[in-house]
Amino acid sequence: MNTVNQVLKNPMDMQISDRLAKNFRRNLIERGIEFILMLAALSAVFITIAIVAILLYESFAFFEHVSLVEFFTDTQWTPLFEDAHYGIMPLVAGTLTTSAIALMVAVPIGTIGAIYLSEFASHKTRETVKPILELLVGVPTVVFGYFALLFVTPLLQKFIPGLPAFNMLGPGIVIGIMIIPYIASVAEDAMRAVPMSMREGSYAMGATRFQTAIRVVTPAAVSGIIAAYILGISRAVGETMVVAIAAGQQPTLTFNPMEGAATITAYIVQVAMGDLPHGSIGYQSIFAAGLVLMLMTLFFNVLGHMSRKKFREAY
Amino acid sequence: MNKQASALHNLDEVRAMIKRHKMNDQIFSIIGLIALMVGLLTLLILFIDLVMDGYPKLFSWDFYTNFPSRRAANAGLLSAWVGSALVMIVTFISAVPMGIAAGIYLEEYAPKNWFSDFIEINVTNLAGVPSIVYGLLALGLFVYILDLGQSIVTAGLTLGLLILPVVIVATREAIRGIPVAIREAAYAVGATKWQVVYHHVLQYSIGGILTGVIIGMARAIGETAPIITIGALTFIAFLPPSPVTSTAPFLNFDWLTSGFTVLPIQMFSWLSRPSADFHVNAAAAGAVIIVVTLLMNAMAIRVRYKMRKKIKW
Repeated sequence: MNTVNQVLKNPMDMQISDRLAKNFRRNLIERGIEFILMLAALSAVFITIAIVAILLYESFAFFEHVSLVEFFTDTQWTPLFEDAHYGIMPLVAGTLTTSAIALMVAVPIGTIGAIYLSEFASHKTRETVKPILELLVGVPTVVFGYFALLFVTPLLQKFIPGLPAFNMLGPGIVIGIMIIPYIASVAEDAMRAVPMSMREGSYAMGATRFQTAIRVVTPAAVSGIIAAYILGISRAVGETMVVAIAAGQQPTLTFNPMEGAATITAYIVQVAMGDLPHGSIGYQSIFAAGLVLMLMTLFFNVLGHMSRKKFREAY
Repeated sequence: MNKQASALHNLDEVRAMIKRHKMNDQIFSIIGLIALMVGLLTLLILFIDLVMDGYPKLFSWDFYTNFPSRRAANAGLLSAWVGSALVMIVTFISAVPMGIAAGIYLEEYAPKNWFSDFIEINVTNLAGVPSIVYGLLALGLFVYILDLGQSIVTAGLTLGLLILPVVIVATREAIRGIPVAIREAAYAVGATKWQVVYHHVLQYSIGGILTGVIIGMARAIGETAPIITIGALTFIAFLPPSPVTSTAPFLNFDWLTSGFTVLPIQMFSWLSRPSADFHVNAAAAGAVIIVVTLLMNAMAIRVRYKMRKKIKW
């Protein structure tokens, strides 16, 4: 008994209770920090919810005035005119046309660039070229708008007489150049994920680099390469400043790249530049247009990420 | 004899074929290099074009100290670059701590379950949302519901939301590169999770995080569409109240609610005028924007390169 009492009074034991109390405090602080960090991570969810909520809320108000049938079948988009028409198709046509031109530029160049980076370039070349491509991604789009309006279009006018100053061809080409680095880097990732043993098998049969790249690596990485194209489309669809500056802002239902047209994004910019009263139909119309844009990019993004995941799982 | 000759003939054919295929290799590597140069070449032409068009303005001091004006010759960038700097302060404060915290949570704390997957999907998805949609969010939420108006704080928060995914993704990638052994060593001497994260993980990944932050800020400084969407395309010939004052408490927050303009908006506004005189100003403003963003990106690449060289696990 005596010894036990002695042990209990030992300063060492006091420290244990102290330590337990300290431990409790420590755990409390740890929990608190974890909670704060979780809130920060949840902000991404809140932002998504806020975007969807705002777009839906204002769009509902818009669709109280405009029927869905009119929205999707009317061939004119003139919400700000006396004789108002609310057909989204001219804007969708403009968006698809500029995106298609952009893809025609970016897909071949981006794919060749990706094959070169992944299969041909030396380590040193790759390390030099990739940061340069990243720089191109960092150039603000308003500057590319200037380039499309005052450099590319005048240049094109020398080859295509009668090309109006505002057209879809020039901005389409510029957007294409803008998304080359993006397509090249996603496609290169896919190609680099193809196992070395497949290349070695091909080389062992006497194939050259080019043959291996075209007949072995590219087919093996095809879902990843397609993912790159789809994510590229999504970028082109959401691109705003280049088309707002250089494509003109006249919504016409046309797929002719030699004509000027408005895209969904350009329309939003055009309306926002004016001073529209909050709650008017014009104000609501940009949210409806934004909703369509959001759904289009979401569709391409989901499709792209699914395709990208597929190639990651394959090997 | 005949057989031997045909074999020799075949051998020549094979040699010719090999030569042809090797040639294809050479040709393709040249084409590949050219394909990659298209981007670089465009950037070069673009920059030269801007500098040549904006030459008369670019090297005159007045251009940087004058307010915008109705006369192209007098118009300058003063309110634009001051506005850009102030907006960037708000963007930095709103996006960087939150983005780093979210990245740490997702990489170090989040359990592997549907909830974490859900957050991840959200981050990936936000990174793909067109910037103009953030502008619509800001117009509905900040300008009208929260009634912040078309002010510096609205613009800063909007761009903050826009670059949040960039910061989160960069933080996660930087943290992922740190070996588990570092964490285990810290745990072994009795550190708590937060101590491990704060004293070790965060310290060693700061280079990578910084790279992401700089790239995000460079993107924010050049963003135009969301700022136009909140309705900020106006003629600003005044400076917001100074954030620093000479009397106590030395800080002044009136600038947050002030009207403003930023560099890309100023460029867009000059560009959308029909008069070619203003296009000179637009070109000069464009050259300034490119130099600023390229310098920031180059800095980011340099930080990453230096960090990679310094730390060897």
